Amino acid sequence: MTDMASLMEDRAAAKVISDKVQKPVDWDSPKIARNIKKRYAAERRFKIYGLSAIGVALLALFVLAFSIGSKGYTAFFQTYVQLEINFDPAEIDPNGTGDPAVIGKANFDDLIKKALLARFPDVTDRRDKRDLYGVVSGGASYDLRERVMENPNLIGQTRKIWLISGDDFDMLNKGYIDANVDEGSRRLNDKEIGWYDALVSDGAVEKKFHSRFFTSGDSREPELAGIWGAAVGSFYTLLVTLFLSFPIGVLAAVYLEEFAPKNRFTTIVEVNINNLAAVPSIVFGLLGLEVYLNVMHLPRSAPVVGGLTLALMTLPTIIIASRAAIKAVPPSIRQAALGLGASPVQTVTHHVLPLAMPGILTGTIIGMAQALGETAPLLMIGMVAFIVDIPGGALDPATVLPVQIYLWADSPERAFVEKTSAAIMVLLAFLILMNGLAVYLRKKFERKW
Amino acid sequence: MAAVSQSAMTAEPSVASPKMTARDLNLFYSDNQALFDVNLDIVERQVTALIGPSGCGKSTFLRCLNRMNDTIDGVTINGKVTLDNRDIYDKHIDVVQLRARIGMVFQKPNPFPKSIYDNVAYGPRIHGLVNSRDELDEIVMTSLERAGLLKEVKDRLQSPATGLSGGQQQRLCIARAVAVSPEVILMDEPCSALDPIATAKVEELIDELRSNYTIVIVTHSMQQAARVSQRTAFFHLGKLVEVGETDQIFTNPKDERTKGYITGRFG
Repeated sequence: MTDMASLMEDRAAAKVISDKVQKPVDWDSPKIARNIKKRYAAERRFKIYGLSAIGVALLALFVLAFSIGSKGYTAFFQTYVQLEINFDPAEIDPNGTGDPAVIGKANFDDLIKKALLARFPDVTDRRDKRDLYGVVSGGASYDLRERVMENPNLIGQTRKIWLISGDDFDMLNKGYIDANVDEGSRRLNDKEIGWYDALVSDGAVEKKFHSRFFTSGDSREPELAGIWGAAVGSFYTLLVTLFLSFPIGVLAAVYLEEFAPKNRFTTIVEVNINNLAAVPSIVFGLLGLEVYLNVMHLPRSAPVVGGLTLALMTLPTIIIASRAAIKAVPPSIRQAALGLGASPVQTVTHHVLPLAMPGILTGTIIGMAQALGETAPLLMIGMVAFIVDIPGGALDPATVLPVQIYLWADSPERAFVEKTSAAIMVLLAFLILMNGLAVYLRKKFERKW
Repeated sequence: MAAVSQSAMTAEPSVASPKMTARDLNLFYSDNQALFDVNLDIVERQVTALIGPSGCGKSTFLRCLNRMNDTIDGVTINGKVTLDNRDIYDKHIDVVQLRARIGMVFQKPNPFPKSIYDNVAYGPRIHGLVNSRDELDEIVMTSLERAGLLKEVKDRLQSPATGLSGGQQQRLCIARAVAVSPEVILMDEPCSALDPIATAKVEELIDELRSNYTIVIVTHSMQQAARVSQRTAFFHLGKLVEVGETDQIFTNPKDERTKGYITGRFG
């Protein structure tokens, strides 16, 4: 009875208000026209702001790419010097055994030195000789040994061989050393530049594609240093990170989103996950140092420790992204499944997760890309060490791409400048690859409903 | 007049051997009470329509019948709901099995983003109702047939269900509910998102399903309630105001509020 009465009252009140508002509007008045004009101007302004924002972003990106690319592309090429090498049997295999063990121990360095002295017979001074040997890289003897091991018939012959040059000659050939400045203020003296010119006029200097950069580990010699060791280290580290943070992150997100009761405890958990995402990464590094190295005594500098540390850092990203993706699954799908008698776990695994997967994968890959570019926490757990060998597993000492960039950027040799830029390009290429993968996976798993 | 409605509320509900009953059902969303002492019997192999203005608790009541309200945080229910004389809120009752016995069709068609076949096959699969692919095929076919959809989709069972029209999707949802052989089917405004032609088809279907299933339908359309149901219950502000034979409710309501609602004076 009272319900009816109140309903009727509401209606009466509504009628009074509508009577007041009903006033005719002159849609052609100048005031309305002004208003329309203002609105259009605002829309145009807004569009211009948006376009200029995108323009600034593109410009910044272009400047970055150009500066890195123009500095770094030369690192993909390396100067080689052609020398006439006499594969003297007396030096390589005096007894003519043909035994690889004997050949392997031969002093190939000497062969190169002799070839250099043969080319420049007037160099006699000890200091000049040492400078002359610098024309060819210290690593060239290993290449020579490999060549002979592969083809023992070379022994006894004299061949023209392309040898990898020293880093200063490489720099000179690439134009980074200016021969016109005062002798005292450049890396190479006049004699060295004279040898270089002589070799050039012989046609014995050439730039070739530097495949070693992609296949070898770090080195003190810039011309021998490669990115592969760091890339493999990054791979193992990310593998560990992925295998830890993806399942833990997704399960945490599923629990928080689908099963957890909404109470004070879950609110605290939620707030702290968001806080964790904002913690500086160096703090995670310190935590990794204390827990994994000092308490658990895991191997120092190993990808497994790096991966564990980065997993801590990536977790919040994955949890937050996964929760958002799970939340975006329409509740009607859950109700449909529950209404059919699917258990909550079946509802999640059969329906919610597959639909949320594109978002979860995108978040995971973004988290992984972040981990790939992370340096600070890895410095704390010793992945900043100078490591020449290519890691064979997650327990071997290793370094990672961004740390390699940091190490090279810190090196005094001029040739490491281009290596640094080249390493940045490799890192960026990996990042682009991963983001591309994220887009691809999102497209692939996306389903309409 | 209040006295009359009170007596109407308590006097009417009992019928002989009901399929489902609700006794003194109260429901709270946190501190808000949404249902007040609802007593209602659902008769087997009949269509019971729940009508009433928006927010009157009819959907809430419907969702009590298969415990879908369990999934909402902060809901407390007291009172008793029985299915075949067993309390469905008893702690020994398996909710998953209960929801298989009491199917549900929702307001908005909500097919899974899978193929038509997989939508219907999902229920039998998760409940392990079939032993072979052939059996499953048969269940899918008969369910689609019962939902009056087979003719339209039999050539494209593997195409995505989301490509169907709204009315077809809703009938697919009915086929999906039917596929697990429920005893009761709850329908929450199943036609509110459909055009009149699709609505007519679904109504026809409800009428046919009545011979095998007990159906409870929430509807905003009084014409629909009059067309498809045998019994009608009128809810207002969380209370069951009046329940009875549909003819009697629409031609000779006992309660003043029922009369007001069905003649369009409020709501």
